[in-house]
Amino acid sequence: MDEKTKTPLLRLAKRSSFPKPAAWAIRVGSILFALLLGCVAILLTGNSPFKAYATMINGALGSKVYLQQTVKKAVPLLGCALAIAPCFKMRFWNIGAEGQITAGALAATFVARTFTGKLPSLPLLLLMAAGAILGGGLWALIPAFFKAKWNTNETLFTLMMNYIIIGVVAWLQAGPWEAQQGRIAQFDASAQLPKVLGVHCGWIIVLVLVLLVHIYMRHTKQGYEIAVIGDSMRTAQYAGMNVGRIMMRTMFLSGAISGLVGFIIAAGANHTLAKEIAGGVGFTSITVAWLSQLNAFAMIAISMMLGILTKGADTLQTAMSVPAAISDIIIGLLLFCMLGCEFFINYRLILRKKTGKGGAAV
Amino acid sequence: MDKNCYAIELKGITKRFGPVTANDGIDLGLRRGEILALLGENGSGKTTLMNMLSGIYLPDEGQILADGHTISIRSPKDAYAHGIGMIHQHYKLVDVFTAAENIVLGMEDEKKLDIKKANAKVREICGRYGFDIDPEKKVYDMSVSEKQTVEIVKVLYRGAEILILDEPTAVLTPQETERLFAVLRNMRDDDKAIVMITHKLNEVMAISDKVAVLRKGKYIGTVATAETNPQALTDMMVGRAVTLNIDRPLNQNQTERLRVSGLSCYDHEHVKKLDGVSFTAMGGEILGVAGIAGSGQKELLESIAGLCPIAEGSIRYLAPEGGEDELVGRTPMQIRKKGVSLAFIPEDRLGMGLVGSMGMTGNMMLRSWRRGGGPFVKRKPPRDLANKVLNELEVVTPGIEFPVRKLSGGNVQKVLVGREIASSPTVLMTAYAVRGLDINTSYTIYNLMTEQKMQGTAVIFVGEDLDVLLELCDRILVLCGGRVSGIVDARRATKEEIGLLMTSVGGKEEA
Repeated sequence: MDEKTKTPLLRLAKRSSFPKPAAWAIRVGSILFALLLGCVAILLTGNSPFKAYATMINGALGSKVYLQQTVKKAVPLLGCALAIAPCFKMRFWNIGAEGQITAGALAATFVARTFTGKLPSLPLLLLMAAGAILGGGLWALIPAFFKAKWNTNETLFTLMMNYIIIGVVAWLQAGPWEAQQGRIAQFDASAQLPKVLGVHCGWIIVLVLVLLVHIYMRHTKQGYEIAVIGDSMRTAQYAGMNVGRIMMRTMFLSGAISGLVGFIIAAGANHTLAKEIAGGVGFTSITVAWLSQLNAFAMIAISMMLGILTKGADTLQTAMSVPAAISDIIIGLLLFCMLGCEFFINYRLILRKKTGKGGAAV
Repeated sequence: MDKNCYAIELKGITKRFGPVTANDGIDLGLRRGEILALLGENGSGKTTLMNMLSGIYLPDEGQILADGHTISIRSPKDAYAHGIGMIHQHYKLVDVFTAAENIVLGMEDEKKLDIKKANAKVREICGRYGFDIDPEKKVYDMSVSEKQTVEIVKVLYRGAEILILDEPTAVLTPQETERLFAVLRNMRDDDKAIVMITHKLNEVMAISDKVAVLRKGKYIGTVATAETNPQALTDMMVGRAVTLNIDRPLNQNQTERLRVSGLSCYDHEHVKKLDGVSFTAMGGEILGVAGIAGSGQKELLESIAGLCPIAEGSIRYLAPEGGEDELVGRTPMQIRKKGVSLAFIPEDRLGMGLVGSMGMTGNMMLRSWRRGGGPFVKRKPPRDLANKVLNELEVVTPGIEFPVRKLSGGNVQKVLVGREIASSPTVLMTAYAVRGLDINTSYTIYNLMTEQKMQGTAVIFVGEDLDVLLELCDRILVLCGGRVSGIVDARRATKEEIGLLMTSVGGKEEA
C-alpha cells in the first residue's frame, strides 16, 4: 500500500472570500479568453481573426444605423430578462418566456385588428399594450396556478406552454387571420410604435422597466416575499406568507412583462404577428438574466453585448462571407467562459506539490 | 514508545475550509483492543478529523500512518482497503431492502449475489459480538437503534478493524445505549480499534479506555479514562473551569396559557404523527418535551404554530389579559393577527427560521415586513433591531448585512433567538435550541429561556439531552410514537424514568 502516498493531482477548495476587483478581473479575463478561443474558430474558416473582430465591432457600432439595429436586437433581450428575473429570484424556473411573449403579441395583434381605425394612435397603442400585458400574464398564470395547487413541475409546464401558443399563432396565420401567403397583414401605421432617435420607442419602455424592476425587487414588500421564497419555502410559510398566492402573482407579473415585450416586438420591430415572433428571445434572455446575476442594471450591459455579437455576426457574414453561425459559436464560448469563471471565483484549484503545503491558486 | 503498536496514527493533520481551520496540526494514535473517545464541543473538529480517516475529506497537511507506513486515503473505498470503517451520524440505508441486502450493497468482490450466504455471515457477525438483528428484516420496519446496528454490521462485514462511530448515542435511549456499549466492549475484546466521537462526558467515563480531547480544531491531549474525571475533561474541552449547573428559579405566578386536547395529525404519507396529544402549558414555566427523534416533537410545535394540518383536537390559547381563542384551523398570519404573540425557534434554523442569503436586517424583517402602509418595506426598524440583537447577544458577524448562512451555528441561533424573543412572546417554542452550539452559547440560550419564563412566558422546550431537560425545565412531557407517555416533574424525575417513558407507550418501541 506504500505506493498510494500520492494525493490527487488537482483538488478543489472553496474560497473564503474574494476581493471584488480581482473577481471582476477574472470576469473580464474570461470574456477575453472566450474571444481568444473564438479566434481559433475564425481561423478555421480561413480568415484573419483581427479583421473578423474589427468587422464585427464596426458592423455593430460603426455607424448610427448599425448602432440602431444593434439596440433593436438588445431591447427585447433586456425586457425579457427583466421579466424572468423575479421568477428566478423565487427559484421558479419559468422557461416559458418565449410563449408569454407570443401570447402578448397575439393579444396586441387582436386589439390592433379590432380597433384600428376606430381609435386614434395613442389610445390604440395603450390598449394594445394593456392587452399584451393581460395576455402574457394570464398565459404565465396557468402553470403557476397548477404549481401552487398541485405542485406540478413548472419547468416542463412552462416549456410545453410555449409550443401550444406558437401552434395557436401558426393556425391563425394560416387560417382565420391570413392576409396572403400564410402571413398576417401589416399593422396600420397608427398601431406601430413611434420612433425615437431612429429606434422604436420600445427602448425607452425597457429602460424605464429596468428602474421599476430594480425598485420592485429591492425595496417593496412583494420583492421581499419573492426573495424569502427563493431562499426557503419553509421559511416563507413560517413567516406567514401565502406561498401559492405569491407564486401566482409573481408569475403573472413576469408573464405581463414578457407580454409587453411581445407587444414591443410586434408593434415596434415586426409590425405584424408571426409564429416566430419571439425568435428565441425567451431563451436567450435566461442567459442574460443569469449572467447579470439578476441585477437589473447589469442586464443592460449583457443584453447590449449579445446585441453587438449578433449584429456583428450578420455583418461578418455579408462582408467576409464567414457564416453567421460563427457568432453563435462565439456567443456559446462567451457564455461558457463567463458562467465557468464563477466557478473560479468561488473555488480555487490546488495542484499537487512535491513539498507539503499550499498550492497554486488559479 | 514503539510506533508500530498504533493501528492508525495521525501526524500534524490540518484541514481548512476557507477561512476556518477545522483541524490544526492534530496528532492522534489509535491502538487495537482499545476504545478511544474523541471528545470535544460541537464544532471542535471531531467529525472533520474522522472524515479524513474514512476518505470523505483529504487533509491539507499532515500524514496518516497505518501500522507505521504512510498511507493516503482518497475515498471511502481506500479507507475500507485499510480496514477503516465509519458509522456516520446520519444513516444511509435503503428503506425497502432487508438488513442483509443493505449490508452487501455496493460490495464488488462477488460476481453473483448470494443472499443466503450473506444472511449467514451477518448472523455469524451478530452472534460473535452480541448484536440483535434479523438479517431478513426490512429497514422500514426497524427502530433507530436497529438501523444503527445494521450500519455497524455493514462496516464489520467489510472486514473493518478500525471502527469510527460518530455520536452513536445521540438517537438512542439510555437502555439502548447500554446495549450498544456492551457490543462495543465485545468488539474491543476482539482486538478492534474503536473511536467514538462524542460530547457526552458520562458516556466517555462509562465506555472509553482513553480520551482524546479537541478544542476549536486543536488537539489538547489524550488521557487515560481511569485517571480523569468529568470536571477535568470539561476543563480540557472548554479551556477553563465552567460550572455545569443551570440556574432554575421558580416562577410563583403561573397561569394557564395553552390548552391542547386530543391533538392528532398525519404526515404526507398519511402516517399518524400525533395521536391524541393533550397537555397544558403554563405561562411562567418551561415545559420540556423529551422523546426519541421523530416521536412527534416537530409536528407538535408546528401544529401550534399553524404550520401543520391538524386532523382532530383543539388548541386553546388563553390570553394573559383574559379571553380564549382556538388556534386549530388558522394560518400563522391569522394567529398573529388574533394578537397571539407566538415565538417559534424551529429545529431547521436556516431552512425554516431564517433566510440564509440575507443579512441580519433582512432576517429581522421576517416578523415585521408587512408592517406599515404602502408597497415599500421599512428597513429602519429591523435594522435597529438587528443592531440591538447584535449587541445584546454578542453576535459575531462582519456586519448586519452579511448573509447569516455564512455565520457559525451559534451566531445563526443567536440571530434567530434574538428575533423571536424581541417580539415579547407569550408562548415561546424551541426545538433543539442548543444543537450544535458550544457550551457558552448553550448557556446563553438556557438563561434567555429562564428569563422569558420569569417574565411569564410559556416556554416549550423540545430537547434531546435529558440531563439538560432535567436541570432546565419545570415539567417534562415525554412523547413516544406521537403519544404522550407521561408528564413528569423535572425537579423529581430521573433520567431512567424518562428513558423508559420514551419507549413505552402501547407496546410500540419506536416512532
